[in-house]
Amino acid sequence: MYVAVKGGEKAIENSKKLLAEDRRGDPRVPELTLDQIREQLSLAVDRVMTEGSLYDPELAALAVKQARGDLQEAIFLLRAYRTTLPRFGDSEPIDTAEMSVRRRISATYKDLPGGQVLGPSFDYTHRLLDFALAAGDNRPAAEIADAPVEGDMPRVTEILNYEGLIETEQPDDDGGPVFDLTRSSPRYPADRAARLQNLARGDEGFLLALGYSTQRGYGNNHPFAGEIRMGEVAVEFAPEELGFPIEIGEITVTECQMINQFQGSASQPPQFTQGYGLTFGHCERKAMSMALVDRALRAREFDEPIDAPAQDEEFVMAHSDNVEASGFVQHLKLPHYVDFQAELVTVRALRKSFEERIRDGSEGSVSDAAE
Amino acid sequence: MAAMTDIKPGFHDPVLDSQAVFRAVLDAMARPGRLHRVSHLKDVPAPLAPATAAVCLALVDQDTPLWLAPDMRSQGAETFLRFHCGCPLVDDRSTAAFAIVSGGKLPGLDGFAIGDDAYPETSTTVIVQTEGLATGEGLVLRGPGIEATHRLAVLGLRSGVWREWADNGPLFPCGVDLILVDDQTLAALPRTTTVTEQEA
Amino acid sequence: MADVIDHPSRAAATPPDTRAATGYNFAYLDEQTKRMIRRAILKGVAIPGYQVPFGSREMPLPYGWGTGGIQVTAAVIGPDDTLKVIDQGADDTTNAVNIRSFFAKTAGVATTERTTEASVIQTRHRIPETPLTEDQILVYQVPIPEPLRWLEPREAETRKMHALEEYGAMHVSLYEDIARYGRIIKSYNYPVKVNDRYVMAPSPIPKFDNPKMDRMPALQLFGAGREKRIYAVPPYTKVKSLDFEDHPFTVESWEQSCALCGAGDSYLDEVVTDDKGGKMFVCSDSDYCEQRRDAGHQGDGGDSNYATRNEIPENETSSGDDR
Repeated sequence: MYVAVKGGEKAIENSKKLLAEDRRGDPRVPELTLDQIREQLSLAVDRVMTEGSLYDPELAALAVKQARGDLQEAIFLLRAYRTTLPRFGDSEPIDTAEMSVRRRISATYKDLPGGQVLGPSFDYTHRLLDFALAAGDNRPAAEIADAPVEGDMPRVTEILNYEGLIETEQPDDDGGPVFDLTRSSPRYPADRAARLQNLARGDEGFLLALGYSTQRGYGNNHPFAGEIRMGEVAVEFAPEELGFPIEIGEITVTECQMINQFQGSASQPPQFTQGYGLTFGHCERKAMSMALVDRALRAREFDEPIDAPAQDEEFVMAHSDNVEASGFVQHLKLPHYVDFQAELVTVRALRKSFEERIRDGSEGSVSDAAE
Repeated sequence: MAAMTDIKPGFHDPVLDSQAVFRAVLDAMARPGRLHRVSHLKDVPAPLAPATAAVCLALVDQDTPLWLAPDMRSQGAETFLRFHCGCPLVDDRSTAAFAIVSGGKLPGLDGFAIGDDAYPETSTTVIVQTEGLATGEGLVLRGPGIEATHRLAVLGLRSGVWREWADNGPLFPCGVDLILVDDQTLAALPRTTTVTEQEA
Repeated sequence: MADVIDHPSRAAATPPDTRAATGYNFAYLDEQTKRMIRRAILKGVAIPGYQVPFGSREMPLPYGWGTGGIQVTAAVIGPDDTLKVIDQGADDTTNAVNIRSFFAKTAGVATTERTTEASVIQTRHRIPETPLTEDQILVYQVPIPEPLRWLEPREAETRKMHALEEYGAMHVSLYEDIARYGRIIKSYNYPVKVNDRYVMAPSPIPKFDNPKMDRMPALQLFGAGREKRIYAVPPYTKVKSLDFEDHPFTVESWEQSCALCGAGDSYLDEVVTDDKGGKMFVCSDSDYCEQRRDAGHQGDGGDSNYATRNEIPENETSSGDDR
């Protein structure tokens, strides 16, 4: 009966104190620093930046710490902060072809210009709990290669495009401002810019499951991992007073281009199509899932039948955001006793008339009523 | 381009003055025909009325294209609106979120954006500068926001405006909304308000 | 009422403000966001019952916990306002307390628990029992603004249905209830038609409250943050609960009256007093109940433990978790 009790404000204050205590844990254990989180839990930080749609490893680390490692809570913290920030303008589009690549793999060619660069990856680790790590991480740093990674690293899509085998991505730049999901409410049907923004902010688990479902026949689109690359790209901004772009910094991104089959149509020759994924930091699973779902959501564009959840634009976009989803699921904790009372009154009344019918009437009328 | 020093000042307190002016407009829109005074701007560039300028500073910005009727254009007014609101000034009134017009030369209401049935809110809010507003006499107003009827006298409108207004209502949910201005005073007529002339 | 209502500048009269104190703007939201919300509210008022899409922002409170109502209140409220916040009819529910303190902190506005003293009332799930006046604005927190959502989950479809005033499916659904149960079983969030045009979700208020919306002198604003919609009912606007000629709309009633204040006309919460079916009924509107008790009204007392716990006024007796 907590709600009937006076002093809600004090209860809330006390709850906050208990939370802070639990967050800190045993005070004899040294407190985590933001540096430690940023450097040693970097994939958590990357996910929080990606779904929080704010590139700031320092703040993301703070969010992870404050959220006690609950990444959805950390994403929410970063989003709520982001929404208060002033906007100075839009950067130039980043050019991932110019990336300082740390990882680059393609599943479509055995070898290709620039080569396969495994980089830091869990892929070929044996998933054996490393008890040595428990005792402390003293292993030597990776050796420096004899030669640097090849600078010229054309994207697989460019290689395919040489033969005209893949659709060319046309920026739908009509000169107007790009739709901004964080400033206006989406309209359906949504354009690809709106969809990609939504997917970039979307929950990794949700997109993973949807992407997976497309592989199992729910909106199959025959994907190949054309290319996945991760590394640093320059961010350029053109201040109005300068009139030309200047580099304002560098960010780490992961990009995935899925290559998908397409039969062609009356007006288009058969060629491959693309699904695209991009994240801040190193979020490979997310980038791949995003690319699968992006391609699935292009079903309308290619006149494909729309019968699977991953192809259903409204279903995907309306439910991908974990800040929205988490809030609404958890709001069920709030008191609903007024509505519940209304339901009680209704159910009692229904039962009463049911019993009256049982008592007074023939069985026939009861079964009619229950039809 | 006028020098910065030529631009008339905006709100003394942009946050609280915007809030006060918005509440005046909200109450005006919610209770059609009631008069509200907004005295937050004293010195505004002609031909803008103080209430017109105040409404713009409170509600117009880079996201809302503004259309100025030909007789409402002046370098002072345009510089003022561009500087304080940052709004694009558009040539085509059917693309405007807000429009400023004079009652005497009010262009046909059907030329403004009326929205569409799916998104009827994408219609123009037309700020009409009049030569006088008074309650208790004149037009008889009915509709949401009005308990029974409300009287409002509007001076300085060209003829035929209320006939066009009678054509605006049936467009519902589409249609334009009016904010009527007289110096520092304003009233509003949302698309739901019906206007009857010449009634006892 | 004066012929012209004055809206003076408050800048000079405002005490050293909360803006510097909190590091955030007055009422938290930045001015561009407020303008966007204010424009949406005005269009909502001009198109009664129509859900205006708006660029809802992430708030420092979770979606589903009143972010729509909070954004509407933040866009509307000024230093002269007095704010009341209720959840389930009560001022002291944790969510109401939390939202009230958010505005006390970020806007420095006066707050009250008295319905009659408030100029802005933000509510979740109830309309106060005390009739509201022309000088008040009622802001509803709305979880699902689309009344047709249960029949058709797609926004693209429901938007068409509203545009075409195509509400047959809603009537069919209500009539199916009658065929099956002999009555419409929707007991809260009961759909209404506004000004004879739009079918609207009144938010999950009990249908007991629906009649209060009809021709209410106060302005009613509705905010759905997660769903990014704002809508409104202007004062004195017709709000009709959907029904059928042979099955007219009715509201809940109780055989009991409030155990604390004796009110027989208020919405009652059922309070369970033991695990053997013991229960009592008390007003859901805590202020209404308190005003009645202050005026000398008494109920039959019900369960004495419960009555003692709810004696008014009782300043911060307990945090609740030690009960």
